[in-house]
Amino acid sequence: MIEVTIEKNLKVYQGKQVLKISRQFPPGSITKIYGPSGAGKTTFLKTIAGLISPEKGKIVINGIIWLDTVANINLSPQKRMPGFVFQDYALFPNMTVLEHLEYATDDKDWINRLLLLGKLDTLTDHKPTHLSGGQQQRLAILRALAIKSKLILMDEPFSALDPEMKIELIAELKIVFIELDATVLIVSHNPVELEGLVDGELYLA
Amino acid sequence: MDLSPIWLTLKLASITTVLLLIVGLPVAWWLSKGRSFFKTIIEAIITMPLVLPPSVLGFYLLLAFSPQHGLGKWLQDSFDIQFVFSFKGLVLASFIYSMPFMIGPIKSALQQLPASLVQASYTLGKSQWQTFKSVLIPNIKPSLLTAIVLTFAHTLGEFGVVLMIGGNIPNVTRVASIAVYDSVERMDYAAANTYSLILFAITFVMVISVFVFNKYQAKSPLE
Repeated sequence: MIEVTIEKNLKVYQGKQVLKISRQFPPGSITKIYGPSGAGKTTFLKTIAGLISPEKGKIVINGIIWLDTVANINLSPQKRMPGFVFQDYALFPNMTVLEHLEYATDDKDWINRLLLLGKLDTLTDHKPTHLSGGQQQRLAILRALAIKSKLILMDEPFSALDPEMKIELIAELKIVFIELDATVLIVSHNPVELEGLVDGELYLA
Repeated sequence: MDLSPIWLTLKLASITTVLLLIVGLPVAWWLSKGRSFFKTIIEAIITMPLVLPPSVLGFYLLLAFSPQHGLGKWLQDSFDIQFVFSFKGLVLASFIYSMPFMIGPIKSALQQLPASLVQASYTLGKSQWQTFKSVLIPNIKPSLLTAIVLTFAHTLGEFGVVLMIGGNIPNVTRVASIAVYDSVERMDYAAANTYSLILFAITFVMVISVFVFNKYQAKSPLE
């Protein structure tokens, strides 16, 4: 079970807003997170990943405390190691497609499978600048999957994919998520793109 | 024609550049991560040589490391190290004087990289050092080269600070810029011209190389 209770001050234009969330996510569940711009969706994912520290909160992942502001526990992102798909992809300009995955894992078979899954197997020596937006986004997803984390956090992961590719990739991802026994949180603006994939929703106002 | 000032200058510039690269990289990285009052003070101190007259810096270094009193006397008595009128002193002065030329460009380049690159590396379980080595450094290559060349070229041209702490001792502290001045003083314009031409040529080739390399690298999305 993933239990998240956080309170984080958000900086908004001419004032402050408090992001307050208390929620449990069952293991293996896929939850869609949605809400208006500036509601704190990305902040929520980054807080779980340990990239942002909340003012107050407790995060327990499968019995392990990742964060407890009262007990002064705050595991580093390196110790939490969630699979994270960044909204801006955060691809490394100096690395090729293959190097991105090799940077994340040593498992060659897993890398080959991911390359096939993302249809990037013919572009292994390409750097991000030589990939289309959709290819870059798929690489960002594959890199997040490469570490085989039990928790996958995805920030607008399908926004640059064409509808056909999106349907195909989502179907493949569903199998991989089950295989990894991963709990997945997906931020999305699109009301229909995750239909049939998610089994829960979280609205941030 | 005595070419020892040229060799001494190249030796000084090489040592200063290597030392500043070793020290400057972690300092620039530290400065690039967030802001605090303490960091602002440190950054101001590092930047001071850009605006301070070299003779002022040289004067204070001369006072600080004079073997007659204070720090200089302690270094002399305890470790038998003398910075004044020695090559070691030139290295120390050049190190301080050229610091902003190494740290400034690297710090700016690191600050321009998207924060998500570092964050992505961390979520993959990579340490700060692995991230620095595999993600940050390869993506600031043009700025790194600029910093190295600026530091080297700036050290080649040092005069005031070097003269103050090192004097004009042949084969020890008589670098090319001082040799030019000395030659003109002795009315030996041919020697002054030779030293000047060599310095001009070295600096020109270095600066052109940076422009060519950085133009090629400008295809990077981070430029």
